[in-house]
Amino acid sequence: MSLKRNIQDLRKRKIEVQKGGGDEAIEKQAAMGKLTARERILAILDENSFHEYDLFVEHLAHDFDMEKKVLHGDGVVTGTGTIDGSPICIYAQDFTVAGGSLGLGHARKITKIMDHALKMRVPLIGINDSGGARIQEGVNSLAGYGEIFFRNTISSGVIPQLSVILGPCAGGAVYSPALTDFVFVVENISKMFITGPNVIKTVLGEEISMEELGGAKVHCEIAGNAHFYAKSEQECFEQIKSLIKYIPRNNTDKAARIETKEPLKKYKIEDVVPNDPKYPYDIKDIIKSITDSSEFFEVMELYAPNIVIGFGRIDGNTCGFVANQPMYLAGVLDCDSSDKAARFIRYCDAFNIPIITLEDMPGYLPGADQEHMGVIRHGAKILYAYSEATVPKITVIIRKAYGGGYIAMNSRHLRADFVFAWPTAEIAVMGPEGAANIVFRKEIMEAEDSNAMRKQKIEEYKEKFANPYVAAGKGYVDQVIEPSETRSMLIHALSVSTNKTIQMPLKKHGIPPF
Amino acid sequence: MEEEFQTFSTSEGVFLTRTTKKFQNRKAWAEPNPKMISASIPGTVLDVYVKAGQIVKKGETILLLEAMKMQNQIVMPFDGKVKKVYVKAEEKIPKNHLMVEIV
Repeated sequence: MSLKRNIQDLRKRKIEVQKGGGDEAIEKQAAMGKLTARERILAILDENSFHEYDLFVEHLAHDFDMEKKVLHGDGVVTGTGTIDGSPICIYAQDFTVAGGSLGLGHARKITKIMDHALKMRVPLIGINDSGGARIQEGVNSLAGYGEIFFRNTISSGVIPQLSVILGPCAGGAVYSPALTDFVFVVENISKMFITGPNVIKTVLGEEISMEELGGAKVHCEIAGNAHFYAKSEQECFEQIKSLIKYIPRNNTDKAARIETKEPLKKYKIEDVVPNDPKYPYDIKDIIKSITDSSEFFEVMELYAPNIVIGFGRIDGNTCGFVANQPMYLAGVLDCDSSDKAARFIRYCDAFNIPIITLEDMPGYLPGADQEHMGVIRHGAKILYAYSEATVPKITVIIRKAYGGGYIAMNSRHLRADFVFAWPTAEIAVMGPEGAANIVFRKEIMEAEDSNAMRKQKIEEYKEKFANPYVAAGKGYVDQVIEPSETRSMLIHALSVSTNKTIQMPLKKHGIPPF
Repeated sequence: MEEEFQTFSTSEGVFLTRTTKKFQNRKAWAEPNPKMISASIPGTVLDVYVKAGQIVKKGETILLLEAMKMQNQIVMPFDGKVKKVYVKAEEKIPKNHLMVEIV
């Protein structure tokens, strides 16, 4: 065979394998409103940057006449490429090949690219679209899942791991996304659950649709398993690209700095907080009045909206924002918002991203349901995450900082580097109403008009303690600043913190209140 | 353009805010009533051994509930009389479904 014919033969083989499950299966995929595995990878990565490996890997099944079947690429596409010039390892399960089912060969392709990502210290993106374990391969497919989960865990906190759910992801398969940093879902396309509607119906007699059980909205809003919700695959890919630009390649790297730009003029920081402290406002307006170009890339927007987390840039550098949201549940901490914030804090800490905390919270959500769900254990996660974090940590107290919430939201006592407060801040052991009722209990009880006395005492307490100056007088607050100074103070504090070094006591790992 | 906010109380005072679906759907706590025997797990009633009006001793099996491929004996928590039986054999019941009321 001449070289020319060899090359032609290679090309022919490639074209054959790249057809995946064939035209009919591809048509079916399109009819479900889904792109194919290769189309997805090409849409995410920079143009002409994708290089595929293990194209000719074949499946390893021998039983049930499987040896006679050809499964192109064994149902998964793997390779490397770039996003915005930054290197990426990627895999996409190919639903057109045996329903994207996972056998040993399929899993080995995935673990190979995972090993590569860890070794090269570059982010890993996994696109899930699979019917689940390839039953014909028996326990070998379970082995495959286990080897993926193990690598997800070992790579956690070393390289960013992104999971994109673009089809079914059921049974054991769901644990790989759950072990990764960020999960992306798309309306009507993503389906995630441990046991599906059929099993639930047979075993429990409960009827529930796939969408209501494990659709995109459910995972973003109720279960908290997914972080980014999109209406289309294209929107989802844009979210992935945006995220990649905000985060570093690995845990020894820093996110790329971009040219700094002032916040947009329409966000006027002094106009956001209403005069009446009972009234809510949108904390995101304050974030956008601080960040470069007023850009804020929110994470878990739909879950526990009483706390807001996400990325923004200050002076060109990526920062992680953790902010109470008075617009929802008055910005209280509860089980869900604690989980949401704590995990994000740990993400930022693992990847050298400074954390900016904006505080306005009236304490914890009261209720038997919260207590029984373990708000103690969940709330403790925030304390743990902030205390443990060694990246630069800056707090701005905007309004309410009461009780346990004051401590939890990156207080000086948890080793915050800088704590600033606006003159509107109310930093106290508890809210004026609660405090007055306890401190002046006797006077209020004995007064002729106890309601009038209560009101008077609340006012007295407010006057004396509901301000930032008591805490500032003790050095718990470093500086009381004017709202308009917030951005410049943050820029300064961040630049002072560039070489922050903290030695933690040697340990294998802590025991966080999971 | 003034939005209508809901009032929301915490130990630190009363605030105006929006609430979430999850918050609205939370269940208020109710004291458990030992006289109302409910299913602690969803399943299928295989057999009912008691009738209304019957006097049953503590520890006696009153019905058999199959759940998660296990046959669970539901026993009397104390001596008492059956007031009403709310389920029958072969019936599939969800979690917390009232099965038997005793007095």
